[in-house]
Amino acid sequence: MSDTAVAPSGPLGKILTPSRASGLRTSGTTLASSLIAVLIALAISALMLFITGKDPVAAFTTMIDTAKNSDKLLEMMRRATPLIFSATAVAIGFKMNIFNIGVEGQYLFAALMAAEAGSHLSLPGPLHVAAILAVALISGAAWAGISAYLKVRKNVHEVISTIMLNYIALSFIQWIFNSFFRDDSVEGLNVKTTIIAESGWLPDIVEGRLNSMFIIALIVVAIFWVVVYRSRFGFKLRASGYNATAASTAGISATKMTVIALLLSGAVAGLVAMQSVLGETHAYGPSATPIQLGFAGITVALLGRNHPVGIVVAALLFGFLDSTSAQLQLAEVPNSIVKVMQAIIVLTVVIVNEAAVRRANVRTAERARAELAAGGAA
Amino acid sequence: MSTTTTSITSANISMSPRMRVAMIGISLVAIMSVTRLWTGFDNLTSSGTIGAALRLTVPIMLAGLAGLWAERVGILNIGIEGMMILGTWFGAFGAWKYGPWIGFLLAILGGSLGGLIHAVATIRFNIDQVISGVVMNLLAFFGVRYLSELVFVGQPQGGISQSPPQSFAIPKIDVPFLAGGPVGSSTTPDALGWLEERGWFIIGDLSGMTRGLMSGLSLASLIALLLVPLSAWVLWRTSFGLRLRSSGEAPEAAESLGVNVIRVRYIGLLISGGFAGLGGGFLSIISSSYYRQGQTAGRGFIGLATMIFGNWRPSGILGGAAVFGYSEGIKLVAGGSITGLFLFILIVSAIIGLISLLQRNIKRGSTAIGIGVIALIAYLTVTEVPESLTQSLPYVITLVVLATASQRLRPPAKAGVPYRPGGGH
Repeated sequence: MSDTAVAPSGPLGKILTPSRASGLRTSGTTLASSLIAVLIALAISALMLFITGKDPVAAFTTMIDTAKNSDKLLEMMRRATPLIFSATAVAIGFKMNIFNIGVEGQYLFAALMAAEAGSHLSLPGPLHVAAILAVALISGAAWAGISAYLKVRKNVHEVISTIMLNYIALSFIQWIFNSFFRDDSVEGLNVKTTIIAESGWLPDIVEGRLNSMFIIALIVVAIFWVVVYRSRFGFKLRASGYNATAASTAGISATKMTVIALLLSGAVAGLVAMQSVLGETHAYGPSATPIQLGFAGITVALLGRNHPVGIVVAALLFGFLDSTSAQLQLAEVPNSIVKVMQAIIVLTVVIVNEAAVRRANVRTAERARAELAAGGAA
Repeated sequence: MSTTTTSITSANISMSPRMRVAMIGISLVAIMSVTRLWTGFDNLTSSGTIGAALRLTVPIMLAGLAGLWAERVGILNIGIEGMMILGTWFGAFGAWKYGPWIGFLLAILGGSLGGLIHAVATIRFNIDQVISGVVMNLLAFFGVRYLSELVFVGQPQGGISQSPPQSFAIPKIDVPFLAGGPVGSSTTPDALGWLEERGWFIIGDLSGMTRGLMSGLSLASLIALLLVPLSAWVLWRTSFGLRLRSSGEAPEAAESLGVNVIRVRYIGLLISGGFAGLGGGFLSIISSSYYRQGQTAGRGFIGLATMIFGNWRPSGILGGAAVFGYSEGIKLVAGGSITGLFLFILIVSAIIGLISLLQRNIKRGSTAIGIGVIALIAYLTVTEVPESLTQSLPYVITLVVLATASQRLRPPAKAGVPYRPGGGH
């Protein structure tokens, strides 16, 4: 277990930071290999449908038809919003060679804290929203901070600690919600925290279809791009993630980078359920707040290759696939095929990517050998 | 003072490990007995609690063994949960259609299918083992949902998240004479049950605990328990096991000695998936009589946890699984009123604390006494433990063990490191 954490060229490093020859050609290859992977995944899914006695052509036609509906495109963006946040959170970790599987626990904890804090505040509109967002950021970072502490002080691998903390978060949230935060005036199954006052609501862009949280998601992705790819801090982060030992000789503390990366990752994770809390339910509720988005975020980050643009595209693709499920059910295709398809897409993308990187490495080595031989002859 | 210290230390050294374990076991039972007599909290060692604990221990233990077989050949298996899910579904399907034994067979095959996918992804295509495991969990969760929609929807009591109930069960055994099982058609006395009812110091407790293991014992539990010594024997006493372990410790060296590391790793992951699938099948065939979405409830990860603080050894895994099985079992039998347990923890930590302080192990001593103080406060103030908090116990314990005792744990050296044949040159 500990090997993955220490080894700079460990399995994560290999996948997440492929060696790059030249930017343009690589992004071309990336695009091509991702497209090939998606096509393979679609073929496997079609085969699955066919074997189980469903018509793949009808299923795909239904899905494509969905895209012609502008309402469905808005739904795609609405569904993509939380995925963008959780994928960005995962990607921040990956940049430092940290696998944050704990987005799930971090965002649910943050959602409860933010909703509860929001219901007690009475501030003018924008300030109220900003305060709730701040609570979400801090709570997410705090929950991720436990993993950071365990990693740098106690040498506990973050994969294990975040998995355990996901489950601890679930029961902890259940306990504080039921004991302290539940609004007992509401009867029935749909229990929630007290509804946030209207000043703390984030307005919709398109009434009832798309919330402004989508814009905030794009802003966060843009910040992610600037910070990671265009700032000195981002350079340090990537350098340390790529090879912690080498980076430390340049004075970059791996410990510090680990802590910062996990805190930032957790903070962004805190925003995952904010579309629900600020724009839809205006509260936290065990059945009202969406779950499983943290794990979905891992798949989106992998599909988007941890790149800001890739993440947005991947989130929109998954949002689109999710939005087709109602139509699929009408066409008598079990809509769980959508989620199966997403998992297969991610698996093939990672596999094809790994194969492409290996081939590129072999080519680079061959070219170097040829150049050396030529140089030797001259 | 100094004489006491030496005598305790030398006693520890001169005692063989087996003797030590036996001594500790007997002391724990004695403390439990005292607690029971003091508080009148009979469920602490009742046969009902132990029986329930055993049924809850088995799936976790199998998940732990699944982790063991994967990591011993050098592959991390975060996907145990997913493989268990496959086991619950295929097990329930087989048991519903063809009876429980075929159900178990299909559960094992279903889990192995998950192991095979994980193996192809990580060994053939060399992708990151954690990523593959995470995707495995998602694939299994939604995959069986898709299958349920095809197979279970429309069946009586079946649906997208539930299978129809099974009509046949695996036979249960009551041991004759000791636990009142029948011989032929005639009944026999329930000797242990009689002793348990008397409730004498230690004897009553031992009888209750033994009776819990001997009455209502499912044949499946018995077989599953035998897999612990079997795993230990295969992994540590056969040349096949040596090859398996060497693939996880030093694959390059193993390869140079003619071990086909790739094949060995495939075999390891197939077995790992089979164990996880069996654990899932146990949940959907023995623990209940149908498949239900979310039935595994994180047991794959608890199994992973028992593997870690069982120090990657079968006996440690059994021990860890038993602790969780017991704490769940006592909750099941006694509800939230488990105050007797706090007293037990209080006495145990007080004794450990005192011994540690006598041995001048200040750190361990103060930790133990700290736990004892918490247990005392809990004993005096808490009347009912919230269900939601006790659920997280396995995960909290895992983190505490990893944070405090990680230097004593020794995982396989190359678990998680990708391997390519000829890569060692």
